[in-house]
Amino acid sequence: MMMGKFAGTLRLSRFIVRQDRWRYVWWLFGIVAMTLLVPPALDSLYPTQQDRDMMAATMENPVMTAMVGPADLTHYTLGVMVAHQMLLMTGIAVAIMNILLMVRHTRAEEEEGQAEFLRSLPIARNSQLTASILVLLAVNVVMAMLISVGLFSLSFDSMDLRGSLIYGAGLGAIGLFFAGVTAVCAQLSESSRGTVGLSFTVMIVSYLVRAGTEEFPPFGWLAQVQPYSENNMLPVIFLIIGSLLLFILAIVLHAKRDLGSGFLPSRGGRAHASIFLRNPLGLAWRLEKTAFISWSIGMVVLGLSYGSVLGDLEKFFQSNEIFASMIVADENSSLAAQFLPMLMAVLAFISTIPALLAVHKLAGEERKSRLDIVLGRAVSRVNLLATYIVLALFTSLVMLSFSALGLWLASTASMDEPFAFRTVWQASIVHFPAVAVMIAISACLIGVAQRATGFIWLYLFYGFLTLYLGGLFQFPEWMEKLSPFGYVSKLPIEEMNWLYAGGLLAVAAVLFVVGFNRYNNRDIQG
Amino acid sequence: MNVIEMNQVTKVFGKHHALDGLDLEVKSGEVFGFIGPNGAGKSTAIRVLLGMLRATNGSATIFGKDVWRDAVEIHRRIAYVPGDVNLWPQLTGGELIDLFASLQGQINERKRDELLARFQLDPTKKCRTYSKGNRQKVALVAAFASDAELFLLDEPTSGLDPLMENIFQQCVAEVKAEGKTVLLSSHILSEVEKLCDRVGIIRQGRLIECGTLDELRHLTRMRLTVETRVPIESLASWQGVHEVLPTENGWAFQADADEMEAIMRKLSEHGIQKIESASPTLEDLFMQHYEEAVESRNS
Repeated sequence: MMMGKFAGTLRLSRFIVRQDRWRYVWWLFGIVAMTLLVPPALDSLYPTQQDRDMMAATMENPVMTAMVGPADLTHYTLGVMVAHQMLLMTGIAVAIMNILLMVRHTRAEEEEGQAEFLRSLPIARNSQLTASILVLLAVNVVMAMLISVGLFSLSFDSMDLRGSLIYGAGLGAIGLFFAGVTAVCAQLSESSRGTVGLSFTVMIVSYLVRAGTEEFPPFGWLAQVQPYSENNMLPVIFLIIGSLLLFILAIVLHAKRDLGSGFLPSRGGRAHASIFLRNPLGLAWRLEKTAFISWSIGMVVLGLSYGSVLGDLEKFFQSNEIFASMIVADENSSLAAQFLPMLMAVLAFISTIPALLAVHKLAGEERKSRLDIVLGRAVSRVNLLATYIVLALFTSLVMLSFSALGLWLASTASMDEPFAFRTVWQASIVHFPAVAVMIAISACLIGVAQRATGFIWLYLFYGFLTLYLGGLFQFPEWMEKLSPFGYVSKLPIEEMNWLYAGGLLAVAAVLFVVGFNRYNNRDIQG
Repeated sequence: MNVIEMNQVTKVFGKHHALDGLDLEVKSGEVFGFIGPNGAGKSTAIRVLLGMLRATNGSATIFGKDVWRDAVEIHRRIAYVPGDVNLWPQLTGGELIDLFASLQGQINERKRDELLARFQLDPTKKCRTYSKGNRQKVALVAAFASDAELFLLDEPTSGLDPLMENIFQQCVAEVKAEGKTVLLSSHILSEVEKLCDRVGIIRQGRLIECGTLDELRHLTRMRLTVETRVPIESLASWQGVHEVLPTENGWAFQADADEMEAIMRKLSEHGIQKIESASPTLEDLFMQHYEEAVESRNS
C-alpha cells in the first residue's frame, strides 16, 4: 500500500539529481566557501581577545542585535564571533537555496507541463513531490556535514567539534524547514513565480519579526542555537520536527488537488489600465516598481547597519589600524564626523546601482523586442529615453535619501551626540551630481552602443576602488579624479565645492544631449 | 493617391543587403498583400516603414511624410501588429490594450469590448499566462479598436486557430469597407488570396512581381488537362509547356500565358476530345517565382 503511494520515488530522485547535479554542486560550493572563508578572515582582522572584545562592544546595541541576533558578548571568542555574525546570514542564503531548488521539480515542472508527461508513466501521483523532498533532504544533510567538518578542520581553538556539528546541523535544519515551506507554498499557489514569492515572503517576514521577538520561528530558533557558546540542540530538533510536519502537510495537500491547480486561486488582474498606466512613464514605473521598493528597503537596512557602528567608532578605531589609516586625523571634528563622508560614499556607490539598472531597463526592453510596439505608436524616442532617465535620476535621489535616513535613525540610537538629519542627508545627497554623470554615461552607451552598457559597471567599480581604497593604498590623486565621485565634497568635514558640483551637472547635461542625439539616429533592434 | 511609397530603398546590415532597391506603392483604401519566404525582407521593409530602422539609401514615405523624420506624426494615424508579439509578463492584456490606445490617442471603448468578445480574449489574465495566439489577439484588438487610417500587419495570424483567423479576416474586410488601407505581410497564401486587392512578391530584398491577382495570373501559367484523339508524343519539349504529367487518357500540364495561342493550335492538330483549364492559385504563382529563384541559384 505504502509502496503504491510512492512508486517511482527513488527513480525520480535519481532523475532529478541527474538533471540538477551541477546546480547542487555550485550552491553547496558557494555556501560552504562563504562559511569557511570567514573564520580565517575574522582571525586576521581581530587577532587578539582584546580586539574581539572591542568588536563585541560595537555589537552591543539594539540595531546590531536586531540584524544578526543575540550572542554571548562577554566571551566573544573567534567561534562565538563567527557564529554571531554569520549563522543567521548564512541561514538566509541556505533558505534561498532551498526555495529555488524546491520549486524547480514541484510547481515549475507542473506549470511547464513536464509533470503531466511524467505522470502518464507508471509512477504514483505523489512521487514527484516525495522525490523532490528526498533529494533536498540529501542536499541539506550533505551541506550540514561539509560545513561541520570544514569548520572543525580549520582547527581554531574556540571552534570545537561539538560547536561545529551544531553549526552545520542548524544550517541544515533551517534549509529543510524552507524546503518544507516551499513544498507547501507549491500546493497553495498556481504558478512557480507565485510559489517563490510566497516562500520569500515567509522568509522575510519571519526574519523581520524575529528582530522584535527573539523566539519567533524559524530564524528566531536558529538564532537561539548559538554554537561555540550555548550549543543549544533543542531549536535544531524543533526545526527538523517543523520541517517534517511541513512535508506531511505538503503531501496531504498535494493528494487533495488536481494537476495544475492550487489552493489559492490566482486572482484575475485588472481588465482596464489605471489612470497611471497611460503613458511611457506609467509603463516604465510599473516595470520597475518592485525593484525600486526592494532597493529602497535594502538601502534603509544598509544605512541602519552602518549607522549602528557610529557610536562605538572611537573604540573601533583604536582597535583597528587598517580602518584608522583610511581617514585623515583632524582635531577639529569628531571621529564620527570624519568617518561620515566615507560611509556616505560607500552608500552612494551602492545607491548608484539601482539608478543605473533603471536606465539600463530600456536596453533590456530592446533586447526583449518590446520597443517596436511602443515606438510604433505616437511615442518619440526622445520621450522614451527621457522617461527612463527621469526615473533613474529620481531613483538615485530616493536611494541616497533612504540610505541617509537609515544611517541617521541608527546613529540616534547608538551615538551620545547624534548628527542632525540634515547633516547626514546633505553628506549623502552631495553625491547626486556624480550619480547623474554615471546615469548620463549609461544613456550615452544606450544611444551609441547598446551592447556596451556593461562597461559602466567597470567604471563604477573603478570609482569605488580609487575612493574607498585610495587612502589605504596611497593611490595618486589624479586616479581619483578620473571618476566623477572624485569631485564630491566630503561633507560635513569639507566645505561644499559648488564649482565641482555644477561642473558635474554640466558634464551630465552634455552627455545626455549626446545620448539623445545618438539614440534618435540609430536602428532599433527587433 | 499612394498611402505608402518606397523608392529604391536599400537596407544593409554589415555586408548583408536585407533590402536591395525595394520599390513599393500601396494605394489609399486597398488591401495590399506582401508575400515572400522567410528572410526575403518583409519584416525589414515594415520596420523601415515604422521608423525603427533607418534606410541606408532610397526614400520611404507614409501619407507623404518621411517615415524616419516624421515617425511620431505618422504613428498617430497607423496601427501596427508584429508577428512576434512580445508583451510584459506582469501586465494584463486589458491593461496593455488601454495603454496602447492611450499612447495613440483616444480609445473607442465600445469597439474594444466588442473586439474582446469576438476574439474571445480574457483581458484580466497576465500576459505571462497567454499563449502566442492570445498575445497576438492583444495586439490585434488594440489595432482594430483604434481609429487608424493605415494598418501595418506583419504576419498577424501565425498563432491563431482557423476560427480566429476567420474573425481576423472579417476585421480586415470591415476596415477596408471603411475606406482604410491595409498592408498585410503573410505567408499564408490562401489568406492573402482571399483578402488582398493587390499582391507584391518580395525576394532577396526586391519586389519581383506586383499587381492584382488577375494581372499576375496573366503573367504566369494556366493549368491544363487534355485528352486527344491522336496521342501527343513530345508534349514536354513544346515551347512554354511545363510540369507534364500523364493522366489516364491524356496529359496534365502547365502552359505559359504568352505561348497559349501556339500551344492551343498544336493541340487542336491532335484532335481535342476534352480540355479543362484552371487559373493558377496564388500558391502556384508563388512557387513558380520561388522555383525560378532556386533554379537561377543552382545554375
